[in-house]
Amino acid sequence: MSANTMESEAIAARGLVREFGAVRAVDGIDLSVRRGEIYGFLGPNGAGKTTVIRMLVTLLAPTAGSITVAGFNAVTQPDQVRLRIGAALQAAALDDKQTGRELLNLQGRLYGLKGREIAARVADLTDLIDIGDAMGRLIGTYSGGMKRRLDLAAALIHQPEILFLDEPTTGLDPISRSRIFEEVAKINSELEMTIFLTTQYLEEADALAHRVGIIDRGRLVAQGTPEELKHSRGSDLIIVHLDAPVTPEVAAALEALSSVDFVDAHDSELTVSTGNGAALVSGVALKLNELGVGVRELTLRTPTLDDVFLQVTGSRLRREESEGDPEDQGQG
Amino acid sequence: MALASSTREITIRARKAGFFRDIFAVARRAVRSMLRDLETVIPALFIPVFMFVVTVGALQDFAENIPGLDYRAFQLPVAVLFAVTGVSRAITVVTDIQSGYFDRLVITPVNRVALLLGLMMADFVLIIALTIPVVIMGFIVGVYFVTGVLGILAFMLIAGLWGLIFNGFPYAIAFKTGNVAAVNLSFLLFFPFLFLTTLFIPQEQMTPWMSMAADYNPVTYILAAERSLITEGWQLTTIRNGVVATLGVGVVSLGLALAALRGRATRK
Repeated sequence: MSANTMESEAIAARGLVREFGAVRAVDGIDLSVRRGEIYGFLGPNGAGKTTVIRMLVTLLAPTAGSITVAGFNAVTQPDQVRLRIGAALQAAALDDKQTGRELLNLQGRLYGLKGREIAARVADLTDLIDIGDAMGRLIGTYSGGMKRRLDLAAALIHQPEILFLDEPTTGLDPISRSRIFEEVAKINSELEMTIFLTTQYLEEADALAHRVGIIDRGRLVAQGTPEELKHSRGSDLIIVHLDAPVTPEVAAALEALSSVDFVDAHDSELTVSTGNGAALVSGVALKLNELGVGVRELTLRTPTLDDVFLQVTGSRLRREESEGDPEDQGQG
Repeated sequence: MALASSTREITIRARKAGFFRDIFAVARRAVRSMLRDLETVIPALFIPVFMFVVTVGALQDFAENIPGLDYRAFQLPVAVLFAVTGVSRAITVVTDIQSGYFDRLVITPVNRVALLLGLMMADFVLIIALTIPVVIMGFIVGVYFVTGVLGILAFMLIAGLWGLIFNGFPYAIAFKTGNVAAVNLSFLLFFPFLFLTTLFIPQEQMTPWMSMAADYNPVTYILAAERSLITEGWQLTTIRNGVVATLGVGVVSLGLALAALRGRATRK
């Protein structure tokens, strides 16, 4: 790797492996996150996202492989890494018995900031997270959204070079979710802070992330800009939900239609990729009718990250299942 | 947005705060949290007073048949050890581990040992505070310290040192297991330490097996040091033995706590 590449990389992982006993939770991942970019890290339940993020933030040692964060080796120079990163991990990790201001003050002290530096940062972050008067209240009285925003502020108190966010919006209502993502976008654009983010909300990763990586069963199965990944699915998709599971014969019959790029079948869902969906949609409907297959729903649309996700992992991301998965808590 | 406005005028640069600053930062949070949880201190105040009243009430006349024994003075050190043994923030450690807040602390450049010593510093503040009402109770029932004010301070400090050293056990369990029930089991250590000793009567009056058990119990030497400060004066050998016995337990308890903390913080 060239010196220029290393300098431009905020996070670099090579051959990253983490085993928990006989279980290989992370299986040879290579990651490269450039300085100043927002990198969305996606994966189904138990895929190893949290294990990866815990290794990157020095909470967990890899079984094999190397990790460089902000130019320092995360295994042999964890203290240097810790000075340069901020992290808000799964579920707001706060102390309900402190006030918001006390928590931020403590964070500032632990990062070696002086009194006036802490005061300035707390004032700035109070504006950022829009908590206002509640900063003087015990955190135990905060709503879920307020806790998440305070968690974000705590991760930012020392103006880190790299911010790690592990599912920062899980369990939040749509308005709180949207506010968190707005704040993340502002932090990135104003401070040029590198942001490594895992999320279950693909549409938000699509809108926010400069590049996306998809992990499945401990392996990185796709990586690129959202546009590149979606483009890999073709320009149009015809999604068909059948009454019964898709048979190989039905898939083969559709694949034989002219102008079909490829057909994916998962349970009772068929995805037909084509360069011109409007021209093909009636042909698909007629062929299914001819085969005597019952159709529940047929839609034509452009690809989304969820379609990419389906293609590379074999299932769509189900948000409700991802919450509270013990295997994805970094324990295995 | 004001995110970068005022801090742009100040260059923010994270750095290691330093060992003592880390300890004070952690201790400050623990003391604040303790003041918000004062109800948890009530048992530590009630149990020693209750034990003192009941034991003295039941045994004073009988025990004072032993020539020269002032049973209230004999029991005051027991009361103070009951007050200070097991008063720790170990449950808070478990809560922090379970909520993920411990991970947040560990991601900072804080000195790992400060995470334990900060809590113990806060414990020490509370433990010393808890010795005060016990000493006042002693005054009320007529206990007199022949060593004077300095002796009273030494009495409080020796008790405080024991309370602090004992806390290594619940902290070790908290860091190792991250489990409240397991931490509560550390209370079981309380019984052999405080009952297999000269709790009710002087060692010479004990059965041989109990006297032998007391010989091997460091608390016997701590009680002897505390009692000497009340009734005998500055018996330096006795006081030294009490302090050495406490430090001996400390080597084990703090060694276990630091090992458990290292295991928790490195997560190999």
